[in-house]
Amino acid sequence: MNNWSILSVVTFLPLLGALIIFVIPGNDQIAKNNARMAALFTTIFTFFVSLLIWFYFDNANAGFQFVEKYEWLGKNFSYHMGVDGISMLFVILTTFVMPLSILASWDSIQDRVKEYMIAFLVLESLMIGVFCSLDLLLFYVFFEAGLIPMFLIIGVWGGKRRVYASFKFFLYTLLGSVLMLLAIMAMYGLAGTTDITKLLAYDASTTPFTTTTIEFWGMTIKGGLQTVLWWAFFASFAVKMPMWPVHTWLPDAHVEAPTAGSVILAAILLKMGGYGFLRFSIPMFPVASDTFAIVVFVLSCIAIVYTSLVALVQEDIKKLIAYSSVAHMGFVTMGIFTASVQGIQGGIFQMLSHGIVSAALFLCIGVVYDRMHTREIAAYGGLVNRMPLYAVFFMIFTMANVGLPGTSGFVGEFLSLVGAYKANSWVAFVATFGVILSAAYALWLYRRVIFGKLEKASLKNIMDLNTREIAILAPLVVLTILMGVWPAPIIDVTAASVDQLLNNYKDAIKAAHDAAQLASN
Amino acid sequence: MPISTASFLGAYNAVLPEAILIIGTMFLLMAGAFLKGKNILLITLAAFVLLVLAAVFLYMQGDGSNRLFSGSYILDPFARLMKIVTLIAAALAVIMSYDFMSKANLWKYEFLVLILLATAGMMVMISANDLMALYLGIELQSLALYVIAAFNVNSERSSEAGLKYFVLGALSSGMLLYGASLIYGFTGATGFTEIASSIKTSGPSLGVVFGLSFLLVGLVFKISAVPFHMWTPDVYEGSPTPVTTFFSAAPKIAAMAMIVRVLYGAFPSITPQWQQIIVFVSIASMVLGAFAAIGQTNIKRLMAYSSIGHMGFALVGLAAGTQIGVQSVVIYMIIYAIMTLGTFACILAMRRDEGPVENINDLAGLAKNDLTMAFLLAMLMFSLAGIPPLAGFFGKYYVLLAAIEADLVPLAIIGVLASVIGTYYYLRIIKIMFFDEAAEAFVPMHATLRTVLLASGLLVIGFLAYIGPLEAIAGAAAKSLFN
Repeated sequence: MNNWSILSVVTFLPLLGALIIFVIPGNDQIAKNNARMAALFTTIFTFFVSLLIWFYFDNANAGFQFVEKYEWLGKNFSYHMGVDGISMLFVILTTFVMPLSILASWDSIQDRVKEYMIAFLVLESLMIGVFCSLDLLLFYVFFEAGLIPMFLIIGVWGGKRRVYASFKFFLYTLLGSVLMLLAIMAMYGLAGTTDITKLLAYDASTTPFTTTTIEFWGMTIKGGLQTVLWWAFFASFAVKMPMWPVHTWLPDAHVEAPTAGSVILAAILLKMGGYGFLRFSIPMFPVASDTFAIVVFVLSCIAIVYTSLVALVQEDIKKLIAYSSVAHMGFVTMGIFTASVQGIQGGIFQMLSHGIVSAALFLCIGVVYDRMHTREIAAYGGLVNRMPLYAVFFMIFTMANVGLPGTSGFVGEFLSLVGAYKANSWVAFVATFGVILSAAYALWLYRRVIFGKLEKASLKNIMDLNTREIAILAPLVVLTILMGVWPAPIIDVTAASVDQLLNNYKDAIKAAHDAAQLASN
Repeated sequence: MPISTASFLGAYNAVLPEAILIIGTMFLLMAGAFLKGKNILLITLAAFVLLVLAAVFLYMQGDGSNRLFSGSYILDPFARLMKIVTLIAAALAVIMSYDFMSKANLWKYEFLVLILLATAGMMVMISANDLMALYLGIELQSLALYVIAAFNVNSERSSEAGLKYFVLGALSSGMLLYGASLIYGFTGATGFTEIASSIKTSGPSLGVVFGLSFLLVGLVFKISAVPFHMWTPDVYEGSPTPVTTFFSAAPKIAAMAMIVRVLYGAFPSITPQWQQIIVFVSIASMVLGAFAAIGQTNIKRLMAYSSIGHMGFALVGLAAGTQIGVQSVVIYMIIYAIMTLGTFACILAMRRDEGPVENINDLAGLAKNDLTMAFLLAMLMFSLAGIPPLAGFFGKYYVLLAAIEADLVPLAIIGVLASVIGTYYYLRIIKIMFFDEAAEAFVPMHATLRTVLLASGLLVIGFLAYIGPLEAIAGAAAKSLFN
């Protein structure tokens, strides 16, 4: 399987599609439809090609597979791609969500359709690249380049306050990321390479990212370089995730972005933060991760409880879901930094599940927004009378959002809570409130939008889901339930890589403790 | 034995490109006088061909190092590369000026003659290996530039720009001369090699450091870095736009090459002494460039502040004081020239029926009127802001990497923070083009401008395709300074 570059193909297929759309002539209705069809075809084709990765993926192999390496990018870095159990499913998630978001924009985007489709396809290429790259600088290039299409998507096709939201999104994320860039350069200076496989191969005794105390500008930094690097990476991923208190760009970006933009933002862009923690922070800076896990726990608990409370009082449906995303990402960060099998598996599962459920919820909002052009909760009510099918779909996704057993949301939350309980029972105790609160805001939202009497005159003629919308939501329902009742295929994929990650992590921590013991004796 | 160009012209082979340029300029001057201002296109093309020809001859000279005129003039891979880049930037500025100057009724053949003379001065600056040659080059360049800054005699702003540039330029020349005389007084030499060996044997005396500081004032003025940047916004705004286009690229490259040559050629043994000056200038330029551009409404003025910021970034690589640092400066200047020329192609194309416009808000809704131009300009803005995978990101990456490897971490941190702040005003231009309601369309872009914009846009977007070779060329150029 290694003799044809499947990862490069999957990564750059969407870009090829974008080029094809670019050369579609004209600006009339036919050209628009061609652009839509081309985008849909490209994304679906990419999805099926990407399934081959899963098909040929060796679950027992903890290392990187489908590796490609070309050294044409100068001395400093190389084009190096590969996936392991942690990243592979995110590639599939990306290619899976993409056709749905193209379909979701079918009717709602009428203005500059070609450019819209190009922006989405370019974004898809860059997102896949993030999960596949095995070179730090290449990772950074993909990671940052995604800002450009997303900035344009929010700014050009967004709502009323789109300028504010797009600037906030761009500058917030950039500010977090440049610190990571400096850290990457420092790592290159220390290790002489940006190759992720080489950086991961260091163990506690050989790592150049030492924990020896250093002096910097009169400050004494106890954890040494490793601490500095950890915080620099943390700044970037915490903003991307987003963690409390740097989450404020997310509600704005979500509310102003077009439906498909919100879907991509929630389903995939946020996952880059969690992926970054798993790929870089935990394995490369284990001692610092161990030391500052408590900080992450506290921030996660605040995120889970506080943003759930904030979600309760929202009047805008999209904003409510955006805050619930922050809360759910709190479970992810909590799970990851417990550094236990359950916690990390739970974190990954929760990210995948949230990728599907939040995408579905934003698509559901898009359905009523396309009809009514408002996202005010107060503008709805009693939709079940006119839209029974919609009510059923929305119910399933709401339940998954709450984390009801039998849906995908349950597995991830449960596993991360188990991990958290083992690490620190107080953290698990506080986080459990989040589960209750999520039931409160999600069910209350559902009641206000779907149930009750259909009293508002504007809603009297609202239509139920059409075929296209059913086609979008049906696969998501299937996956939500399938992942809830049969999570094994996903856990199997991640197991080997997670085990290896944890073994290395525990060795490093143990070595650090031994060294500390030795020093104190 | 076959007669090659080299053996025929002997030792003077190395100044052949300069000779071609200057002799050609004299012919152009006469041709212009006889043609009485007619045949605009022909003379523009001739100037363009001359510059390209000089670049081709430089390219054909191979990889060796060559010293001339008792060592006061040097042609090594570094000089060759920087000269070629300068010549190409000047050639593009010439070809881009044609449309604007002819439409604005400003076209006079003297304009091109002055540009060619200034370019010849820049070549002397880049190759100078002696304080005398250095000063000759600077004055040849500057005197020509003062005149073209004031080229629009009917415009008060243009005259003001020329006068301001002249007065401040004369002041900086004076400082530079004072510094040069001090250095001569304390080392007994004007040649860079001799100065270097004298300092190495006798150590850094206070007089030399004093002289170096004054010398640096004059040099930093030429790249418009803070605190000697005051002339830049006014000159950028006041000069006719083609002149600004020329100012923004070629002289900056030449002056930066000159600073590199002076510091590494004459003062390599007192790196810590000049390093702190460069670090200060660099930080001040990056920060001022980022903050002062935010409130600008005139796009030329905005580009002036943007260029100040970029010079600050290039100086980060210089401050590192290493070979990798010089390599990063070379890469940065090449990328900067590509980006800035593309941007000015757009600014030159900002023209309605009633004449050229310069306000940023005139770009409103450009994406609706001319998507190609808007898209390419947006990419250039993202690149100037330093967003990957565009060229500008890698320019910043290399200089910051050099700074971090030289343990200048605080400088690197201030650099990235300034670049985030600077991103705001680049984003504002994109916002105006893409998110705002469309204003009246511009008249269609002239083919020359469109070609330059397209080329620079492709070079910026496809940077990853040629990053390896560029790194190798810049590396070879930097290496030649460290032998």
